[in-house]
Amino acid sequence: MQFKSHARSLALALSLALVAGCSSTGGTQDGSMEGTRNGGAGTGVAGSGQVSGTGVDGVRAGQQADGRIPEVRTIYFDFDRDNIRTEFESVLVAHARYLRSNGSARVVLQGHTDERGTREYNMALGERRANSVKRFLEVQGVSPSQLEIVSYGEERPAVRGSNDEAHAQNRRVVFAY
Amino acid sequence: MKVLMTTWLSGMLLVFSTLTQANLTIEITRGSDRATPIAVVPFATDGESLSEDVAQIISDNLQRSGYFEPLDRQSMYDRPSSSDDVQFGQWRALDVRYLVVGHVSREGSGYRIRYELMDVSGTRRMLGESVTASGNELRGGAHYISDQIFESITGIRGAFATRIAYVTARGVGNDMQFALYVADADGHNSQEVLSSREPILSPAWSPDGRKLAYVSFETERPAIYIQELATGQRVRATSFEGINGAPAWSPDGRKLAMALSKDGQPEIYIMDVVSRNFERITNNSNIDTEPSWSPDGRSILFTSDRSGGPQLYRYTVGSGETDRLTFTGNYNARGRFAPDGESIFLVHRSNNGYQIARQDLGSGRLVVISESRWDESPSVAPNGTMVIFATQQGNSGVLGAVSADGRASYRLPSAQGDVREPAWSPFLN
Repeated sequence: MQFKSHARSLALALSLALVAGCSSTGGTQDGSMEGTRNGGAGTGVAGSGQVSGTGVDGVRAGQQADGRIPEVRTIYFDFDRDNIRTEFESVLVAHARYLRSNGSARVVLQGHTDERGTREYNMALGERRANSVKRFLEVQGVSPSQLEIVSYGEERPAVRGSNDEAHAQNRRVVFAY
Repeated sequence: MKVLMTTWLSGMLLVFSTLTQANLTIEITRGSDRATPIAVVPFATDGESLSEDVAQIISDNLQRSGYFEPLDRQSMYDRPSSSDDVQFGQWRALDVRYLVVGHVSREGSGYRIRYELMDVSGTRRMLGESVTASGNELRGGAHYISDQIFESITGIRGAFATRIAYVTARGVGNDMQFALYVADADGHNSQEVLSSREPILSPAWSPDGRKLAYVSFETERPAIYIQELATGQRVRATSFEGINGAPAWSPDGRKLAMALSKDGQPEIYIMDVVSRNFERITNNSNIDTEPSWSPDGRSILFTSDRSGGPQLYRYTVGSGETDRLTFTGNYNARGRFAPDGESIFLVHRSNNGYQIARQDLGSGRLVVISESRWDESPSVAPNGTMVIFATQQGNSGVLGAVSADGRASYRLPSAQGDVREPAWSPFLN
């Protein structure tokens, strides 16, 4: 319980910090994959406060608790790790807010790994990542009934290739609403 | 324990479109330095040109095994088709130890293949047999003959007339196409078993060679299916919440070990195939997955990260005792027993990526037997002489095979995107 409240306040504090300085983060990581349809990866970050970087938009949507699903729906992980990187906590906070204020919304947390290692073991690692996100959201007050986990292991890479960059983009959890 | 819904699905739309071909070709990557020289003389025909070169198929099989080094045809001055016509001195001069000759003739709607195997140094006939093959089974006849020759010389049962299952994949992210195939062990005669836009993995042959268990995400959730190959009929064996993975048949075909995460993290369960009762054999907060039965059915090998990283453990059926088997390096996973139960093949991470390794269970010594950086999914031939596995060539996934001693290897590239998850069938005859 202590852990819960601590994690929650920490995450909220981080999310506020990110909103305050929003123009610098968020866009680059996701922009290359999902932000392109919003007018280019990261390019909009500097200028407008509307469509800009996907991360920014997502956080703002969460903060306003409006009916829109946060735009950033992918977060990334370090090699062999399942902990939430601090830069993505704001994304999770935004999703938590959305889910809290839309009690009928359900999301599948899809866990993915890079290609390294055996397939079934990676299935387990992908599940661990998705579980890590699920726990974070539950700490944020999201009902477990709104969350489901499906691990794809290394079976659905976001990008092809056997280099560090490709691996980094494939180690992810995707919010599938 | 609650038995989940069991649904027989006709699946006829999905299965066995024999028109879809994803044949694999073969490239020898390493010959064995201990190979025995043999000559397989082109088989005589009655003037007819046949769809298959039987002698070439036999020669290729023997070469791939790593046990034999076939003489190339240009070096054959003489091409006898019967032991009566063989001049042994000539073959001795070519340093050939064994000689295979034969003749293919029409018989009814099929063929009769007569062949003889001779020991050149002893000038003695070791085998002589006549085999009938129906019209489209010339390759099958050649594989059968290869098995007889291999066993006659090495004393080891041949595994050329076996099959492999494998998975192909194309695309990235949400736009992918997966397919499960079954083909002859040399990559020919491929047949599509299942195709899906969702992942397919972990095919496993039933011990009688009639069924495949596999994991399919076709419902957008993982589930284990058991499919009969001849009819295409299949049943969904498990579809619990979470991971339904890594099915592995017991040697008697009555049980399926698997990984299920319905309790929070993957644990190893044994499912009775008929009663659908489940027995859980691991119980901890770590990852336990990739079960594999020992040939005598008395123990189950599995991967667990209970020590921090993935290592292989052995669960003893009955006593429930579990002991750790691998200690070399910090990543050892997906173990498979050799058919004699005395060694295991596994994926081992070294400084140079992931390779296939063999570990002797007596001494505990681990030897790396494959060479590239991305080798995984080892599956052992039923006679224990070769291991097929998934590797990479360029940017594509291909199948590779290596002899159990690591001396000989070959690859089976495909034009059909990534090929992975090979599973070698049991003996089928």
